[in-house]
Amino acid sequence: MLFGVYGFMTATLFMDLDAVDVALTEAAVGAGVTTVLLLSSLRLTSRWEERSKRGPLLPLVVVGITGAALIYGILDAPLLGDPQAPVHQHVGPRYIEQGPVEVGMPNMVTAVLASYRGYDTFGEVVVIFTAALAVLMLLGIQTPANDETKRAVIGDQLVLRVVVKMLVPLILLYALYVQFHGDYGAGGGFQAGVIFATGFVLYDLVFGAGAARQVLPPRWLLRLAALGVLLYGGVGVVSLLGGRAFLDYSVLSDDPVQGQHLGVLLVEFGVGITVFAVILSIFYALSGRRRTP
Amino acid sequence: MSLLAHLPVLVVIVPLMAAPLCVLVDRAQPVWLLALGAALLSFLCAIGLLLQVPEGGAISYHLGGWEPPWGIEYRIDRLAALMLLIVSAMATLVMLFARRSVEREIPAERVVLFYAAFLLAFAGLLGIVATGDAFNVFVFLEISSLASYALISMGRDRRALNAAFQYLIMGTIGATFILIGIGLLYMMTGTLNMQDLAARLPEMADTRTVRAGFAFLSVGISLKLALFPLHLWLPNAYAYAPSIVSAFLAATATKVALYIMLRFMLDIFGADFALKQMPFDTILLVLGILGILSASLVAIYQTNVKRMLAYSSIAQIGYMVLGIGLATTLGITASVLHLFNHALMKGTLFLALGALAYRLGSVNLRDFAGLGWRMPWTMGAIVVGGLSLIGVPPTVGFISKWYLVLAALERGWWPVALVILVGSLMALIYVWRLVEVAYLRAPAEGAVVPREAPLSMLVPIWLLAGANIYFGVATDLSVGSAREIAQLLMGGGG
Repeated sequence: MLFGVYGFMTATLFMDLDAVDVALTEAAVGAGVTTVLLLSSLRLTSRWEERSKRGPLLPLVVVGITGAALIYGILDAPLLGDPQAPVHQHVGPRYIEQGPVEVGMPNMVTAVLASYRGYDTFGEVVVIFTAALAVLMLLGIQTPANDETKRAVIGDQLVLRVVVKMLVPLILLYALYVQFHGDYGAGGGFQAGVIFATGFVLYDLVFGAGAARQVLPPRWLLRLAALGVLLYGGVGVVSLLGGRAFLDYSVLSDDPVQGQHLGVLLVEFGVGITVFAVILSIFYALSGRRRTP
Repeated sequence: MSLLAHLPVLVVIVPLMAAPLCVLVDRAQPVWLLALGAALLSFLCAIGLLLQVPEGGAISYHLGGWEPPWGIEYRIDRLAALMLLIVSAMATLVMLFARRSVEREIPAERVVLFYAAFLLAFAGLLGIVATGDAFNVFVFLEISSLASYALISMGRDRRALNAAFQYLIMGTIGATFILIGIGLLYMMTGTLNMQDLAARLPEMADTRTVRAGFAFLSVGISLKLALFPLHLWLPNAYAYAPSIVSAFLAATATKVALYIMLRFMLDIFGADFALKQMPFDTILLVLGILGILSASLVAIYQTNVKRMLAYSSIAQIGYMVLGIGLATTLGITASVLHLFNHALMKGTLFLALGALAYRLGSVNLRDFAGLGWRMPWTMGAIVVGGLSLIGVPPTVGFISKWYLVLAALERGWWPVALVILVGSLMALIYVWRLVEVAYLRAPAEGAVVPREAPLSMLVPIWLLAGANIYFGVATDLSVGSAREIAQLLMGGGG
């Protein structure tokens, strides 16, 4: 619960710092999905922590020293928002001034993320894919339950059922909006994937495990995640074959700016697919597992 | 641009893209072939790169077509090319070895995911080496670390889970420290490109923020490197991981961490700042010596041979940082040499242990009795690797120890040279324990009588063992490039 609150507070902090895209991600991931995932893994273990053999003193000292070092370190750092700070003097201006012209979209966060530093984003997508692999290697891929759909306890609440039924389509629709409007407004593949997955998670929570699973079996989800990564990388390979550098989207169209735009949309779509599939399959893996006595 | 111009990125993305393909293919046998093919292709790219790198220069590749400080740059100099070669060669040999070993050790329904994770860990390490962008290092570090945690947790022993979890916690703390360090540097310079950082840092060098960034980076990298006393995650991780994972990680992962250290400390901060203004050389020297002595001592008392070799790895890391701590060109030469050579030794030893585990199902010292006569080829490779570990001519171990001693004497620090010799003697003790049991002790009554390991395992083992001797005799290639790299690293910061 505290984690959820923390995530939400961080999101508002990012909002305050005018980092709308990050705030959206943090709200969806930190406040939303993480809490659900933590709760599902708590269900698998036990509620109370075992008493640790060692006292909390050593970790406390280490954390204290680290924190002190951090504060000491930034005492003479440039002030937040200082226009003379190096951050705003070097590479930043080009992103702001040239971004809309070179990449052809008003949201420069998306331009930096998906084009200027598109390779980092590709790496991040692979990280997320790796996370799904890791969870599934540990917990195993759940085959769709052969026992009948287990009904969740809260599924008996009529109000909840009706509200969720109304909410789910809206959530999915909003996710699609965030996905395909990332080039103009805040958002993009990461956020959209998370929100889309949230819709499924919510449905699954209320209507019982197995309901969502019939639509998208876990094994297919993992393949979907792989496809998302391949879509992103595939765009890169196309630019290789077009005789340009990896992930240079200019080759995708006669007009380089058009090509950039198209490339960003495609890779964001890849990101969205992977993020959605990964979050949902981690959720399945955790919630589908029986508690071991 | 011809395909050759794309080698810097191809070497990384071939295994990276092969991983999701594995998941789509979803059959054990073709997936193994795919993984082997990807590793081999990557290895060929690495050879091509090593031939392409100009003397004393570097190949720069602009990802996404954006020129460096704005976009991400891949930058391959001699050191990076050498590292790419080591990592991809090890991956290829390990994959060659892997099929039977994986069949035996990994549950059938997880084999596909296992190979995919292996490819990701491999590609992550390559990405760290190839990149010229500080943040990109972090991204690929995450890929390789996350995949490694998963790989280690696949060990048959239940304790593998605990080991992987411990590694995950320590590794994540290390990665966070690295990220904070990079963030602080970005705050002061406004750039993430390594060349650009190196150019812009000197005028900022006298601020607390840069020094704090330096401190965070050193701690974070040392955690990843398993530098004494931040090594606690390593022994269990290597001891309980599946055989091929131990072999691959022991031969590559800590080497790449050392590479990050060289890159950040000597290239970005510059040798002058890192080794003269900051007391980094003294710290490395002291920790290196402590690491060599304590880890070798612990290694002597181990009964699980994999664990013994893991402790020996920590000692060997001590030698490598000792070379940096000497803060001379000769010292760095010895460090780079030992990095290369240690990959060969530990690769041989852990792969041979993998073959033993395949036949015996155990790597406990007492099960080694009489093995010298029953599995002569496998044990022979272990003896070669062991001799190399001690530093007996004509193996590679001798060459790097020789240069280390020379570097220590050049500074007139004979106690350091003495420590190196004592460390070698301790290595002699733990290697001898192995040899004694294997050759001079009769197997216990009723013990399983193992056959020699299958050929598909012996070939990669002996390729590596042969390399141990070959590079111990023909030293021109390794010593020559190590010297060139050291001169570049020390000169770059001037």
